[in-house]
Amino acid sequence: MNILSVRGVSRSFESAGRAPTVALQATDLEVSENDFITILGPSGCGKSTLLRIVAGLDTQTSGEVLLDGKRIAGPGSDRGMVFQSYTLFPWLTVLDNVCFGLRERNLPRAEQLDIANAFIGKVGLRGFEQHFPKQLSGGMQQRTALARALANNPRMLLMDEPFGALDHQTRELMQELLLGIWEGERKTVLFVTHDIDEAVFMASRVVVMSARPGRIKLDRTVSLPHPRHYSMKTTPVFSELKAELTEQVRAEVIASQQLQAAS
Amino acid sequence: MKPLTPVLPSTRIALGISFFVLFVALWSAVTFSGWVSPIFLADPLKMVKSGYTLLTEMGFLKDIGMTVWRVVGGFLIAAAIALPLGVMMGAYKPIEAFFEPFVSFARYLPASAFIPLLILWAGIGEAQKLAVIFIGSFFQLVLMIAVVVGNTRRDLVEAAYTLGASDASLVKRVLIPGAAPEIAEILRMVLGWAWTYVIVAELIGASSGIGHMITDSQALLATDQIIFGIIVIGLIGLASDLFFKWTNRRLFPWAQLGK
Repeated sequence: MNILSVRGVSRSFESAGRAPTVALQATDLEVSENDFITILGPSGCGKSTLLRIVAGLDTQTSGEVLLDGKRIAGPGSDRGMVFQSYTLFPWLTVLDNVCFGLRERNLPRAEQLDIANAFIGKVGLRGFEQHFPKQLSGGMQQRTALARALANNPRMLLMDEPFGALDHQTRELMQELLLGIWEGERKTVLFVTHDIDEAVFMASRVVVMSARPGRIKLDRTVSLPHPRHYSMKTTPVFSELKAELTEQVRAEVIASQQLQAAS
Repeated sequence: MKPLTPVLPSTRIALGISFFVLFVALWSAVTFSGWVSPIFLADPLKMVKSGYTLLTEMGFLKDIGMTVWRVVGGFLIAAAIALPLGVMMGAYKPIEAFFEPFVSFARYLPASAFIPLLILWAGIGEAQKLAVIFIGSFFQLVLMIAVVVGNTRRDLVEAAYTLGASDASLVKRVLIPGAAPEIAEILRMVLGWAWTYVIVAELIGASSGIGHMITDSQALLATDQIIFGIIVIGLIGLASDLFFKWTNRRLFPWAQLGK
Protein backbone atom coordinates (compact mmCIF):
# COMPACT_ATOMS: atom_id res chain seq x y z
CA MET A 1 0.00 0.00 0.00
CA ASN A 2 1.52 3.31 -1.09
CA ILE A 3 1.38 6.09 1.40
CA LEU A 4 3.23 8.71 -0.64
CA SER A 5 3.37 9.18 -4.40
CA VAL A 6 5.71 11.70 -5.95
CA ARG A 7 4.69 12.06 -9.60
CA GLY A 8 6.69 14.01 -12.12
CA VAL A 9 7.76 16.55 -9.53
CA SER A 10 10.30 19.08 -10.76
CA ARG A 11 11.56 22.36 -9.45
CA SER A 12 13.25 25.18 -11.31
CA PHE A 13 14.15 28.63 -10.13
CA GLU A 14 13.53 31.68 -12.25
CA SER A 15 16.45 34.03 -12.58
CA ALA A 16 16.20 37.38 -14.29
CA GLY A 17 17.56 37.50 -17.84
CA ARG A 18 18.75 33.89 -17.85
CA ALA A 19 17.27 30.49 -18.50
CA PRO A 20 15.61 29.11 -15.35
CA THR A 21 17.88 26.92 -13.21
CA VAL A 22 16.58 23.37 -12.92
CA ALA A 23 17.20 22.09 -9.39
CA LEU A 24 15.16 18.93 -9.71
CA GLN A 25 14.18 17.08 -12.86
CA ALA A 26 10.77 15.42 -13.14
CA THR A 27 11.00 12.83 -10.38
CA ASP A 28 8.82 9.86 -9.48
CA LEU A 29 8.98 8.11 -6.14
CA GLU A 30 6.57 5.67 -4.58
CA VAL A 31 6.81 5.19 -0.83
CA SER A 32 5.08 2.27 0.87
CA GLU A 33 3.84 2.10 4.42
CA ASN A 34 6.74 1.49 6.88
CA ASP A 35 9.43 2.26 4.32
CA PHE A 36 12.56 3.86 5.61
CA ILE A 37 13.93 5.57 2.53
CA THR A 38 17.26 7.35 2.61
CA ILE A 39 18.03 9.79 -0.18
CA LEU A 40 21.72 10.11 -1.05
CA GLY A 41 23.37 12.54 -3.39
CA PRO A 42 26.02 15.24 -3.79
CA SER A 43 25.28 18.62 -2.28
CA GLY A 44 23.07 20.78 -4.43
CA CYS A 45 21.52 17.78 -6.19
CA GLY A 46 18.01 18.74 -5.13
CA LYS A 47 17.51 16.06 -2.46
CA SER A 48 16.59 18.62 0.16
CA THR A 49 14.38 20.38 -2.38
CA LEU A 50 12.50 17.14 -2.96
CA LEU A 51 12.03 16.66 0.77
CA ARG A 52 10.88 20.23 1.26
CA ILE A 53 8.33 19.83 -1.51
CA VAL A 54 6.96 16.72 0.22
CA ALA A 55 6.88 18.73 3.47
CA GLY A 56 4.95 21.47 1.69
CA LEU A 57 7.63 24.06 2.50
CA ASP A 58 8.55 24.47 -1.15
CA THR A 59 6.30 24.33 -4.22
CA GLN A 60 7.05 22.16 -7.23
CA THR A 61 7.17 23.69 -10.70
CA SER A 62 5.39 20.70 -12.18
CA GLY A 63 3.94 17.38 -11.06
CA GLU A 64 2.15 16.48 -7.89
CA VAL A 65 2.69 14.87 -4.50
CA LEU A 66 -0.04 12.64 -3.09
CA LEU A 67 -0.22 11.60 0.54
CA ASP A 68 -2.77 8.81 1.04
CA GLY A 69 -4.12 9.72 -2.40
CA LYS A 70 -4.66 13.37 -1.50
CA ARG A 71 -2.72 16.16 -3.15
CA ILE A 72 -0.38 18.01 -0.83
CA ALA A 73 -0.87 21.76 -0.63
CA GLY A 74 1.31 23.30 2.03
CA PRO A 75 2.81 21.98 5.25
CA GLY A 76 0.78 20.03 7.79
CA SER A 77 1.05 18.00 10.96
CA ASP A 78 0.62 14.75 9.00
CA ARG A 79 4.24 15.13 7.84
CA GLY A 80 6.55 15.69 10.79
CA MET A 81 9.91 17.19 9.97
CA VAL A 82 13.32 17.20 11.62
CA PHE A 83 15.71 19.79 10.20
CA GLN A 84 19.47 19.87 10.02
CA SER A 85 19.57 23.18 11.87
CA TYR A 86 18.48 23.27 15.50
CA THR A 87 14.87 24.37 15.30
CA LEU A 88 13.64 23.96 18.85
CA PHE A 89 11.80 27.05 20.05
CA PRO A 90 14.38 28.65 22.36
CA TRP A 91 11.73 30.19 24.64
CA LEU A 92 10.08 26.83 25.38
CA THR A 93 11.38 24.08 27.64
CA VAL A 94 11.99 20.60 26.25
CA LEU A 95 8.56 19.58 27.54
CA ASP A 96 6.76 22.53 25.94
CA ASN A 97 8.64 22.09 22.69
CA VAL A 98 7.38 18.51 22.49
CA CYS A 99 3.87 19.73 23.40
CA PHE A 100 3.89 22.39 20.65
CA GLY A 101 1.97 20.45 18.04
CA LEU A 102 -0.32 18.84 20.60
CA ARG A 103 -1.29 22.24 21.95
CA GLU A 104 -1.95 23.34 18.40
CA ARG A 105 -4.55 20.58 18.21
CA ASN A 106 -6.14 21.87 21.43
CA LEU A 107 -5.63 18.63 23.35
CA PRO A 108 -6.26 18.92 27.09
CA ARG A 109 -3.04 19.71 28.96
CA ALA A 110 -3.04 16.40 30.87
CA GLU A 111 -3.19 14.46 27.63
CA GLN A 112 -0.45 16.62 26.10
CA LEU A 113 1.80 15.86 29.05
CA ASP A 114 1.12 12.13 28.86
CA ILE A 115 2.07 11.96 25.20
CA ALA A 116 5.03 14.33 25.53
CA ASN A 117 6.47 12.50 28.52
CA ALA A 118 6.21 9.17 26.73
CA PHE A 119 8.22 10.46 23.76
CA ILE A 120 10.73 12.30 25.93
CA GLY A 121 11.32 8.91 27.57
CA LYS A 122 11.71 7.19 24.22
CA VAL A 123 14.45 9.57 23.10
CA GLY A 124 16.16 9.21 26.47
CA LEU A 125 15.68 12.74 27.78
CA ARG A 126 13.86 11.98 31.02
CA GLY A 127 15.04 14.46 33.62
CA PHE A 128 15.59 17.22 31.04
CA GLU A 129 11.93 18.22 30.65
CA GLN A 130 12.43 21.67 32.18
CA HIS A 131 15.65 22.50 30.34
CA PHE A 132 15.74 25.18 27.68
CA PRO A 133 17.23 24.22 24.28
CA LYS A 134 20.35 26.32 24.84
CA GLN A 135 21.12 24.21 27.90
CA LEU A 136 21.28 21.05 25.77
CA SER A 137 23.98 19.59 23.54
CA GLY A 138 23.37 19.36 19.80
CA GLY A 139 22.50 15.67 20.01
CA MET A 140 20.01 16.27 22.79
CA GLN A 141 18.41 19.09 20.82
CA GLN A 142 17.94 16.82 17.83
CA ARG A 143 16.48 14.10 20.05
CA THR A 144 14.01 16.65 21.37
CA ALA A 145 13.19 17.68 17.81
CA LEU A 146 12.58 14.02 16.99
CA ALA A 147 10.29 13.63 20.00
CA ARG A 148 8.46 16.80 19.02
CA ALA A 149 7.84 15.50 15.50
CA LEU A 150 6.81 12.03 16.70
CA ALA A 151 4.46 13.33 19.42
CA ASN A 152 2.21 14.70 16.68
CA ASN A 153 1.74 11.13 15.43
CA PRO A 154 2.42 12.08 11.80
CA ARG A 155 1.78 9.74 8.87
CA MET A 156 5.34 10.32 7.73
CA LEU A 157 8.56 11.54 9.22
CA LEU A 158 10.70 13.75 6.97
CA MET A 159 14.31 14.20 8.01
CA ASP A 160 16.68 16.62 6.28
CA GLU A 161 20.22 15.61 7.30
CA PRO A 162 19.07 15.64 10.92
CA PHE A 163 22.41 14.42 12.27
CA GLY A 164 24.53 16.43 9.84
CA ALA A 165 25.72 18.93 12.43
CA LEU A 166 26.59 16.32 15.06
CA ASP A 167 29.98 14.79 15.76
CA HIS A 168 30.62 11.28 14.50
CA GLN A 169 30.11 9.41 17.78
CA THR A 170 26.91 11.23 18.65
CA ARG A 171 25.67 10.66 15.13
CA GLU A 172 26.12 6.89 15.39
CA LEU A 173 24.23 6.81 18.69
CA MET A 174 21.45 8.89 17.14
CA GLN A 175 21.22 6.49 14.20
CA GLU A 176 20.68 3.56 16.53
CA LEU A 177 18.18 5.51 18.59
CA LEU A 178 16.17 6.50 15.53
CA LEU A 179 16.31 2.99 14.13
CA GLY A 180 15.12 1.57 17.45
CA ILE A 181 12.21 4.00 17.48
CA TRP A 182 11.38 3.21 13.86
CA GLU A 183 11.43 -0.52 14.57
CA GLY A 184 9.04 0.12 17.46
CA GLU A 185 6.74 2.76 15.98
CA ARG A 186 6.80 1.55 12.39
CA LYS A 187 6.71 5.04 10.97
CA THR A 188 7.27 5.77 7.31
CA VAL A 189 10.45 7.81 6.99
CA LEU A 190 12.05 9.87 4.24
CA PHE A 191 15.60 10.64 5.27
CA VAL A 192 18.01 12.88 3.34
CA THR A 193 21.72 12.43 3.98
CA HIS A 194 25.08 12.58 2.25
CA ASP A 195 26.63 10.02 4.60
CA ILE A 196 26.71 6.65 2.82
CA ASP A 197 27.20 4.61 6.01
CA GLU A 198 24.18 6.29 7.49
CA ALA A 199 22.14 5.80 4.34
CA VAL A 200 22.75 2.05 4.25
CA PHE A 201 22.49 1.44 7.98
CA MET A 202 19.16 3.22 8.39
CA ALA A 203 17.37 2.34 5.19
CA SER A 204 14.99 -0.26 3.97
CA ARG A 205 15.53 1.45 0.59
CA VAL A 206 18.31 3.72 -0.60
CA VAL A 207 17.72 6.21 -3.38
CA VAL A 208 20.71 7.85 -5.07
CA MET A 209 20.26 11.15 -6.85
CA SER A 210 22.35 12.48 -9.70
CA ALA A 211 24.24 15.76 -9.81
CA ARG A 212 22.24 18.90 -10.54
CA PRO A 213 19.73 18.94 -12.13
CA GLY A 214 18.79 16.14 -9.78
CA ARG A 215 16.97 12.99 -10.73
CA ILE A 216 16.75 9.56 -9.18
CA LYS A 217 19.57 7.49 -10.56
CA LEU A 218 19.46 4.38 -8.46
CA ASP A 219 16.95 2.74 -6.14
CA ARG A 220 18.16 -0.19 -3.99
CA THR A 221 16.39 -2.27 -1.40
CA VAL A 222 18.50 -2.87 1.71
CA SER A 223 17.84 -6.41 2.87
CA LEU A 224 19.78 -6.29 6.14
CA PRO A 225 17.72 -7.87 8.90
CA HIS A 226 16.14 -5.99 11.82
CA PRO A 227 16.82 -5.19 14.61
CA ARG A 228 20.08 -3.72 13.38
CA HIS A 229 23.13 -3.30 15.52
CA TYR A 230 26.04 -1.04 14.71
CA SER A 231 28.30 -4.08 14.34
CA MET A 232 26.36 -4.77 11.15
CA LYS A 233 28.37 -2.02 9.48
CA THR A 234 31.26 -4.49 9.15
CA THR A 235 29.33 -7.36 7.54
CA PRO A 236 30.00 -8.30 3.87
CA VAL A 237 26.45 -7.50 2.77
CA PHE A 238 26.76 -4.02 4.21
CA SER A 239 30.21 -3.43 2.74
CA GLU A 240 29.17 -4.63 -0.67
CA LEU A 241 26.21 -2.29 -0.86
CA LYS A 242 28.26 0.54 0.57
CA ALA A 243 30.94 -0.02 -2.08
CA GLU A 244 28.40 0.13 -4.87
CA LEU A 245 26.75 3.28 -3.52
CA THR A 246 30.11 4.94 -2.88
CA GLU A 247 31.00 4.38 -6.52
CA GLN A 248 27.69 5.79 -7.71
CA VAL A 249 27.73 8.85 -5.45
CA ARG A 250 31.38 9.53 -6.26
CA ALA A 251 30.59 9.68 -9.95
CA GLU A 252 27.90 12.24 -9.23
CA VAL A 253 30.07 14.34 -6.97
CA ILE A 254 32.72 14.46 -9.70
CA ALA A 255 30.04 15.35 -12.25
CA SER A 256 28.72 18.15 -10.07
CA GLN A 257 32.22 19.54 -9.54
CA GLN A 258 32.83 19.56 -13.28
CA LEU A 259 29.50 21.29 -13.70
CA GLN A 260 30.52 23.95 -11.21
CA ALA A 261 33.89 24.40 -12.84
CA ALA A 262 32.22 24.82 -16.23
CA SER A 263 29.77 27.47 -15.10
CA MET B 1 44.67 44.56 28.92
CA LYS B 2 43.73 42.05 26.23
CA PRO B 3 40.90 42.73 23.77
CA LEU B 4 37.49 41.27 24.73
CA THR B 5 38.76 39.66 27.94
CA PRO B 6 36.12 40.06 30.67
CA VAL B 7 36.88 41.74 34.01
CA LEU B 8 35.97 40.54 37.50
CA PRO B 9 32.59 41.87 38.75
CA SER B 10 34.31 43.56 41.69
CA THR B 11 36.86 45.26 39.43
CA ARG B 12 34.04 46.31 37.15
CA ILE B 13 32.13 48.03 39.96
CA ALA B 14 35.29 49.66 41.31
CA LEU B 15 36.21 51.02 37.89
CA GLY B 16 32.66 52.27 37.29
CA ILE B 17 32.55 54.12 40.61
CA SER B 18 36.04 55.55 40.25
CA PHE B 19 35.03 57.47 37.15
CA PHE B 20 32.17 59.13 39.07
CA VAL B 21 34.66 60.02 41.83
CA LEU B 22 37.08 61.43 39.26
CA PHE B 23 34.30 63.44 37.66
CA VAL B 24 33.19 65.01 40.95
CA ALA B 25 36.81 65.63 41.93
CA LEU B 26 37.47 67.52 38.73
CA TRP B 27 34.27 69.48 39.17
CA SER B 28 35.25 70.36 42.76
CA ALA B 29 38.74 71.34 41.69
CA VAL B 30 37.60 73.87 39.09
CA THR B 31 34.83 75.35 41.24
CA PHE B 32 36.35 75.45 44.77
CA SER B 33 39.58 76.90 43.46
CA GLY B 34 37.64 79.80 41.95
CA TRP B 35 38.96 78.96 38.51
CA VAL B 36 35.38 78.96 37.18
CA SER B 37 33.06 81.70 38.37
CA PRO B 38 30.04 80.51 40.47
CA ILE B 39 27.78 82.35 38.02
CA PHE B 40 28.61 79.78 35.36
CA LEU B 41 29.07 76.68 37.44
CA ALA B 42 28.10 76.07 41.05
CA ASP B 43 30.29 73.86 43.24
CA PRO B 44 29.09 70.35 44.23
CA LEU B 45 28.40 71.30 47.85
CA LYS B 46 26.20 74.23 46.88
CA MET B 47 24.42 72.00 44.40
CA VAL B 48 23.59 69.43 47.09
CA LYS B 49 22.45 72.15 49.52
CA SER B 50 20.15 73.86 47.06
CA GLY B 51 18.90 70.47 45.94
CA TYR B 52 17.90 69.80 49.52
CA THR B 53 16.11 73.14 49.70
CA LEU B 54 14.37 72.43 46.41
CA LEU B 55 13.07 69.12 47.69
CA THR B 56 12.06 70.21 51.19
CA GLU B 57 10.87 73.78 50.74
CA MET B 58 10.07 74.39 47.11
CA GLY B 59 7.96 71.37 46.25
CA PHE B 60 10.42 69.92 43.74
CA LEU B 61 9.11 66.44 44.48
CA LYS B 62 5.84 67.44 42.83
CA ASP B 63 7.78 68.56 39.75
CA ILE B 64 9.57 65.24 39.62
CA GLY B 65 6.23 63.46 39.96
CA MET B 66 4.74 65.48 37.09
CA THR B 67 7.69 64.74 34.81
CA VAL B 68 7.62 61.01 35.57
CA TRP B 69 3.89 60.94 35.01
CA ARG B 70 4.27 62.62 31.60
CA VAL B 71 7.02 60.32 30.43
CA VAL B 72 5.28 57.17 31.59
CA GLY B 73 1.88 58.32 30.30
CA GLY B 74 3.08 59.37 26.86
CA PHE B 75 5.29 56.33 26.55
CA LEU B 76 2.55 53.88 27.55
CA ILE B 77 0.14 55.36 24.99
CA ALA B 78 2.82 55.11 22.30
CA ALA B 79 3.71 51.54 23.29
CA ALA B 80 0.07 50.43 23.45
CA ILE B 81 -0.43 51.37 19.80
CA ALA B 82 3.08 50.64 18.55
CA LEU B 83 3.17 47.06 19.84
CA PRO B 84 0.22 45.64 17.89
CA LEU B 85 1.02 47.74 14.82
CA GLY B 86 4.70 46.80 14.86
CA VAL B 87 3.91 43.09 15.25
CA MET B 88 1.40 43.20 12.41
CA MET B 89 3.86 45.03 10.17
CA GLY B 90 6.59 42.55 10.97
CA ALA B 91 4.34 39.56 10.36
CA TYR B 92 2.36 40.67 7.32
CA LYS B 93 4.32 42.18 4.47
CA PRO B 94 1.39 44.06 2.78
CA ILE B 95 0.70 45.87 6.07
CA GLU B 96 4.39 46.70 6.29
CA ALA B 97 4.43 47.96 2.70
CA PHE B 98 1.47 50.22 3.53
CA PHE B 99 2.83 51.82 6.72
CA GLU B 100 6.60 51.48 6.52
CA PRO B 101 7.43 54.35 4.12
CA PHE B 102 5.38 56.84 6.11
CA VAL B 103 6.68 55.66 9.47
CA SER B 104 10.27 55.77 8.19
CA PHE B 105 9.67 59.36 7.16
CA ALA B 106 7.87 60.29 10.38
CA ARG B 107 10.61 58.95 12.65
CA TYR B 108 12.96 61.64 11.36
CA LEU B 109 10.53 64.44 12.22
CA PRO B 110 12.07 65.96 15.35
CA ALA B 111 9.58 65.75 18.19
CA SER B 112 10.77 69.03 19.67
CA ALA B 113 10.00 70.87 16.41
CA PHE B 114 6.37 69.91 16.89
CA ILE B 115 6.11 71.76 20.19
CA PRO B 116 4.95 75.10 18.73
CA LEU B 117 2.35 73.31 16.62
CA LEU B 118 1.21 71.15 19.51
CA ILE B 119 0.82 74.21 21.72
CA LEU B 120 -1.38 75.67 19.01
CA TRP B 121 -3.43 72.50 18.80
CA ALA B 122 -3.50 71.24 22.36
CA GLY B 123 -2.62 74.28 24.43
CA ILE B 124 0.04 74.12 27.14
CA GLY B 125 -1.73 71.45 29.20
CA GLU B 126 -0.85 67.84 29.75
CA ALA B 127 -2.18 66.72 26.36
CA GLN B 128 0.57 68.69 24.66
CA LYS B 129 3.29 67.15 26.83
CA LEU B 130 1.99 63.64 26.23
CA ALA B 131 1.79 64.34 22.50
CA VAL B 132 5.48 65.33 22.36
CA ILE B 133 6.50 62.10 24.07
CA PHE B 134 4.17 60.15 21.81
CA ILE B 135 5.57 61.62 18.59
CA GLY B 136 9.10 61.15 19.85
CA SER B 137 8.72 57.48 20.70
CA PHE B 138 5.85 56.02 18.67
CA PHE B 139 7.42 55.91 15.21
CA GLN B 140 10.74 54.62 16.51
CA LEU B 141 8.97 51.86 18.42
CA VAL B 142 6.82 50.77 15.48
CA LEU B 143 9.72 50.51 13.09
CA MET B 144 12.09 48.70 15.45
CA ILE B 145 9.42 46.23 16.59
CA ALA B 146 8.47 45.50 12.97
CA VAL B 147 12.11 44.76 12.11
CA VAL B 148 12.60 42.42 15.07
CA VAL B 149 9.40 40.49 14.37
CA GLY B 150 10.24 40.33 10.66
CA ASN B 151 13.65 38.88 11.46
CA THR B 152 12.23 35.77 13.12
CA ARG B 153 14.31 32.74 12.13
CA ARG B 154 12.72 31.19 9.05
CA ASP B 155 13.57 27.65 10.13
CA LEU B 156 11.56 28.13 13.32
CA VAL B 157 8.63 29.34 11.22
CA GLU B 158 8.94 26.26 9.00
CA ALA B 159 9.21 23.97 12.02
CA ALA B 160 6.02 25.47 13.44
CA TYR B 161 4.16 24.92 10.16
CA THR B 162 5.25 21.28 9.96
CA LEU B 163 3.92 20.87 13.50
CA GLY B 164 0.52 21.98 12.26
CA ALA B 165 0.54 25.64 13.28
CA SER B 166 -2.00 27.92 11.60
CA ASP B 167 -1.05 31.41 10.43
CA ALA B 168 -2.68 33.02 13.45
CA SER B 169 -0.95 30.76 15.92
CA LEU B 170 2.36 31.24 14.12
CA VAL B 171 2.10 34.93 15.00
CA LYS B 172 0.90 34.23 18.53
CA ARG B 173 3.13 31.30 19.42
CA VAL B 174 6.30 31.86 17.39
CA LEU B 175 6.72 35.43 16.15
CA ILE B 176 5.67 37.20 19.34
CA PRO B 177 7.39 35.02 21.98
CA GLY B 178 10.53 34.80 19.85
CA ALA B 179 10.77 38.58 19.48
CA ALA B 180 9.63 39.40 23.02
CA PRO B 181 13.05 39.84 24.68
CA GLU B 182 14.26 42.11 21.90
CA ILE B 183 11.00 44.07 21.99
CA ALA B 184 11.52 44.57 25.73
CA GLU B 185 15.02 45.87 24.95
CA ILE B 186 13.57 48.29 22.40
CA LEU B 187 11.06 49.57 24.96
CA ARG B 188 13.88 50.12 27.43
CA MET B 189 15.92 52.06 24.89
CA VAL B 190 13.10 54.24 23.59
CA LEU B 191 11.97 55.03 27.13
CA GLY B 192 15.44 56.51 27.58
CA TRP B 193 14.87 58.77 24.59
CA ALA B 194 11.44 59.77 25.92
CA TRP B 195 13.23 61.31 28.90
CA THR B 196 14.99 63.79 26.67
CA TYR B 197 11.76 64.81 24.92
CA VAL B 198 9.87 65.47 28.13
CA ILE B 199 12.44 67.97 29.36
CA VAL B 200 12.34 69.81 26.03
CA ALA B 201 8.53 69.88 26.24
CA GLU B 202 8.74 71.29 29.75
CA LEU B 203 11.27 73.97 28.84
CA ILE B 204 8.58 75.65 26.75
CA GLY B 205 5.14 76.49 28.07
CA ALA B 206 4.99 74.44 31.24
CA SER B 207 4.06 75.38 34.78
CA SER B 208 5.46 72.32 36.47
CA GLY B 209 8.02 69.58 35.97
CA ILE B 210 11.78 69.27 36.12
CA GLY B 211 12.21 71.13 32.82
CA HIS B 212 10.11 74.00 34.12
CA MET B 213 12.24 74.25 37.26
CA ILE B 214 15.34 74.39 35.06
CA THR B 215 14.00 77.32 32.96
CA ASP B 216 12.99 79.16 36.14
CA SER B 217 16.46 78.64 37.57
CA GLN B 218 18.05 79.98 34.43
CA ALA B 219 16.26 83.31 34.97
CA LEU B 220 17.79 83.40 38.46
CA LEU B 221 21.23 82.24 37.26
CA ALA B 222 20.88 79.41 39.79
CA THR B 223 23.31 76.96 38.14
CA ASP B 224 23.29 74.85 41.29
CA GLN B 225 19.58 74.15 40.82
CA ILE B 226 19.96 73.50 37.10
CA ILE B 227 22.70 70.95 37.74
CA PHE B 228 20.67 69.33 40.48
CA GLY B 229 17.70 69.05 38.08
CA ILE B 230 19.87 67.47 35.41
CA ILE B 231 21.33 65.00 37.87
CA VAL B 232 17.86 64.03 39.10
CA ILE B 233 16.82 63.28 35.50
CA GLY B 234 19.93 61.18 35.06
CA LEU B 235 19.27 59.25 38.25
CA ILE B 236 15.63 58.54 37.41
CA GLY B 237 16.67 57.47 33.92
CA LEU B 238 19.30 55.16 35.33
CA ALA B 239 16.85 53.69 37.86
CA SER B 240 14.17 53.00 35.25
CA ASP B 241 16.81 51.48 32.98
CA LEU B 242 18.05 49.14 35.69
CA PHE B 243 14.47 48.21 36.58
CA PHE B 244 13.74 47.39 32.94
CA LYS B 245 16.89 45.29 32.63
CA TRP B 246 16.06 43.41 35.80
CA THR B 247 12.47 42.78 34.68
CA ASN B 248 13.61 41.57 31.26
CA ARG B 249 16.01 39.12 32.83
CA ARG B 250 13.24 37.80 35.06
CA LEU B 251 10.67 37.60 32.27
CA PHE B 252 12.91 35.98 29.66
CA PRO B 253 15.39 33.71 31.42
CA TRP B 254 15.89 31.72 28.20
CA ALA B 255 17.19 34.77 26.35
CA GLN B 256 20.02 35.12 28.89
CA LEU B 257 21.34 31.62 28.20
CA GLY B 258 24.51 31.26 26.24
CA LYS B 259 25.30 34.97 26.41
